[in-house]
Amino acid sequence: MTENLPAHMRPDRSFQGLILELHRYWADYGCVVLQPYDMEVGAGTFHPATTLRALGSKPWNAAYVQPSRRPTDGRYGENPNRLQHYYQYQVLLKPSPPDLQELYLRSLYAIGIDPGLHDIRFVEDDWESPTLGAWGLGWEVWCDGMEVSQFTYFQQVCGFECAPVSGELTYGLERLAMYVQDVDNVYDLNFNGATGDDKVTYGDVFSQTEREYSRWNFDIADTDTLLRHFDDAEAECRRILETPEIDPRNGRPIVMAHPAYDQCIKASHVFNLLDARGVISVVERQSYILRVRTLAKACGEAFLKTEAGGAAAA
Amino acid sequence: MPDLLLELLSEEIPAAMQPRGAEDLRRAVTDALVEAGLTYEGAKAYATPRRLALDVRGVDARSADISDERKGPRTDAPDKAIEGFLRAAGLASVDEAQVRTDPKKGDYYVAVIDKPGREAGEIIAEVLPVIIAKFPWPKSMRWGAASAVPGALRWVRPLQSILCTFGPETEEPVVVDFEIGGVRAVETTRGHRFMAPDAITVRRFDDYVVKLEEGKVMLDPERRKQVIAADARNLAFAQGYELIEDDRLLDEVAGLVEWPVVLLGEFDEAFLEMPDEVIRLTIRQNQKCFVLAGQGADDSERALANRFVMVANIEATDGGAEIARGNAKVVNARLSDAKFFWESDLAVARAEGGFDSWVDGLEAVTFHAKLGSQRQRVEEIVDLATEVASEIGGVNKHVRRAAHLAKADLQSAMVGEFPELQGQMGRFYAEAAGEHADVAAAIAEHYKPQGPSDTVPREPVSVAVALADKLHTLVGFWAIEEKPTGSKDPYALRRAALGVIRLLLENEKRLALKAIIDKTNMIHAEKPDGMPGSADVPDLLSFFHDRLKVHLRDEGVRHDLIDAVLTADADDLLIIARKARALRDLIDSEDGQNLLAGYKRAANILAAEEKKGTKPAKKENAKLFEAEPEAELANKLDDIGVEAKAAIDREDFATAMKTLAELRGPIDAFFDQVMVNVEDEAVRANRLALLARVRSAVEAIADFSRIEG
Repeated sequence: MTENLPAHMRPDRSFQGLILELHRYWADYGCVVLQPYDMEVGAGTFHPATTLRALGSKPWNAAYVQPSRRPTDGRYGENPNRLQHYYQYQVLLKPSPPDLQELYLRSLYAIGIDPGLHDIRFVEDDWESPTLGAWGLGWEVWCDGMEVSQFTYFQQVCGFECAPVSGELTYGLERLAMYVQDVDNVYDLNFNGATGDDKVTYGDVFSQTEREYSRWNFDIADTDTLLRHFDDAEAECRRILETPEIDPRNGRPIVMAHPAYDQCIKASHVFNLLDARGVISVVERQSYILRVRTLAKACGEAFLKTEAGGAAAA
Repeated sequence: MPDLLLELLSEEIPAAMQPRGAEDLRRAVTDALVEAGLTYEGAKAYATPRRLALDVRGVDARSADISDERKGPRTDAPDKAIEGFLRAAGLASVDEAQVRTDPKKGDYYVAVIDKPGREAGEIIAEVLPVIIAKFPWPKSMRWGAASAVPGALRWVRPLQSILCTFGPETEEPVVVDFEIGGVRAVETTRGHRFMAPDAITVRRFDDYVVKLEEGKVMLDPERRKQVIAADARNLAFAQGYELIEDDRLLDEVAGLVEWPVVLLGEFDEAFLEMPDEVIRLTIRQNQKCFVLAGQGADDSERALANRFVMVANIEATDGGAEIARGNAKVVNARLSDAKFFWESDLAVARAEGGFDSWVDGLEAVTFHAKLGSQRQRVEEIVDLATEVASEIGGVNKHVRRAAHLAKADLQSAMVGEFPELQGQMGRFYAEAAGEHADVAAAIAEHYKPQGPSDTVPREPVSVAVALADKLHTLVGFWAIEEKPTGSKDPYALRRAALGVIRLLLENEKRLALKAIIDKTNMIHAEKPDGMPGSADVPDLLSFFHDRLKVHLRDEGVRHDLIDAVLTADADDLLIIARKARALRDLIDSEDGQNLLAGYKRAANILAAEEKKGTKPAKKENAKLFEAEPEAELANKLDDIGVEAKAAIDREDFATAMKTLAELRGPIDAFFDQVMVNVEDEAVRANRLALLARVRSAVEAIADFSRIEG
């Protein structure tokens, strides 16, 4: 269905074409197509458009790309499959529509994966994020034995029952692109769809940064500073939420759920960096996770008091 | 008689939950039918990744009429009592009640409640929504718009449709009309997700199965397994390979496909330099594929081939070429990850002091919050293993080294990725590091035996470290009061105790458990940061006794026979087991049975006389013997007393039992020809003294009073 598109727009010829095709598909469905959240996160789920918007009763359909950082997965640009920075394509549909599996499969078809030719399977994989106090049931989706997406029905987020339940789709963009472009090394992906001298590969864009960040993540990141940042973010999150929920200019209620949640995201990412530096022991690990989860719960609770969280408009 | 067909179609059900789900459905529905007064001839349930189906044959068309009587108060009872009776029985007035006459009580009311039978279809429509709403999935979920409010239907994954028909074979079945969670029962289902997605109309089970097959769905998991196994073997064989059978993987794969299509894949030959276990696990665990070996005489001779078998869920339009290619890519990528781990681990293991650096790294790994780090644990196991080795007669310089390195591989990248390779990887790395073969073997074997069917290590070094590992675990968890309760045994302590038992029994090793538990308590206590208490020795010992009983029972030794040879402080498991087995052999023999009968008779007579206050003489007096059997019995008791004691002293329990069995003849003769309860008190006391000697002679060997029968 994309044959008539130029190469730089085609999902099987360029990394950007894959993203554009998914955007088009989910925009057609009626999603708001958002931009990435402007903070460092470990996964697309952390975007407030998922974490917070999955709470409360208001319907919400959104799609976006989210750069995701996993400091411990850094391999100095030497591993063909592992990156400390990669892209997730995230879709959140609330409430989950009855034909979510069909919608998902049609999106695969849109990017050039024909279910009549490939072996597409829904393999049990229950999702849990201890830091977000969230869990859901679903699958990892396999295409010819390769995991290409996560498919989850959120049951609980920030410690709150989801009512209604959202369906979350997370596409591993690099993996899908490697699949449809048929390359074995992520750095060989054609990024812009051009050929010859004009061709820009994923490696052209990211191999240098992978090396730089691997070095920083593993060896250089100053752990004292990071530990302080963690404490600071935690304190700021609490302070925001403890602030009286009244706008002094007009006396109207105001809950700063999003600014507080930013601090929660920050704490979570700092924790990941500390983990990569290997300074968190097994026992401490649990306590850090618990501290982030406590923040996430408080942010979720705050969000539920807001209009977007389904509270009656003030 | 009508048949019931039920199918619950949903999004993909986790493979591991399918068999249990089918069984739960069958039980819940048939129980509900019986409860409602309907009988049935047979029921069978099936599961695929997307459906649970149930076939119930020969159900009653309607339940029987039932007439129930309820007794009320006397006709002259106060109005209040009569009103209460009417209300409880659901009658509008006394006119609806019958009056009965009782000669003693006088006239009283009776409510006769006729419950007419009901149509089975009606009953089924009533019970199914309840069964579905209460279905015992281990994990269930809510979904969709309905989940906005509390009390929404839960299912393992979103429930998409319900097919339910009921009717006799000779007639057109009808849809059982009910609705749950917005899903209304219909007479249609769907075939394979990709190959036959359109609605299929079904009448009853027979055409259901046929139409599903046409719709590329094999309903019966057993059939899917057979097809996969047969196709995989044939495909492998045709290409000159042999399938490495894997029943657990087969079960799982059969739960991942509705229409199995077996395909062959290939990976880079260079990966074959890794241990077979690593390749097999990588391919099995991550990709759920089978590995193949070259054709050869037997399992041990066949080398792994660079081929694998995958099971797809679709007849692809290109015959599966793309699927095979895609899977091969993923398998190669996975193996390349594994190879990276393997090579970096080998580099560590081969480096000077590399292996020991892993042991140091265990400092950062918590074994249990209250029991310290794995590093601490290893040190303690080293001490304990040395102790155990000297006790069981295997003092060996390799024991310390093996115990020291036993847990090192937990720090390796490979075990980090595949925890089930613990021990096995340790062996490979120990070999690469040039450790002694006994050390390498002990590292691999010290986790054994992992259960009743696992093999037991034989090499002395392995045995010592395996015992120390398990004893250390048991004593540690006993000390912090984390014992198994009921069905909960999160630290597998029962398995650890069974491991100790099997290691001692099968290697015929004697170990005084009390002393070694005391010693372990001391080793724990010597920790720099102290231990929270120490294990209660009698309690742990009694746990061992219980596990020993379970183990010996499986061996065919009855628990009462073990009780007969077991005392609370018996702590040498091998001796207990030998005694119990010898006793079993005795009791299994005719002599033993008669001896037991004679013993019981003697004991009963003594008990009865003791109750009456009659005292046996302190010792029998030969002068008071009146019959031949008395003297014979006394002589025999003298003889076997010495012989049996000597046999017990040299722990020859079989001979001790055999000696004891010689009492049988004299005892039988005594009871046949001698009367105990005679008038002459002196004679009676003398005969009782003989019986008392019989009792104590027998009980010196085993407590026969505990033996049943």
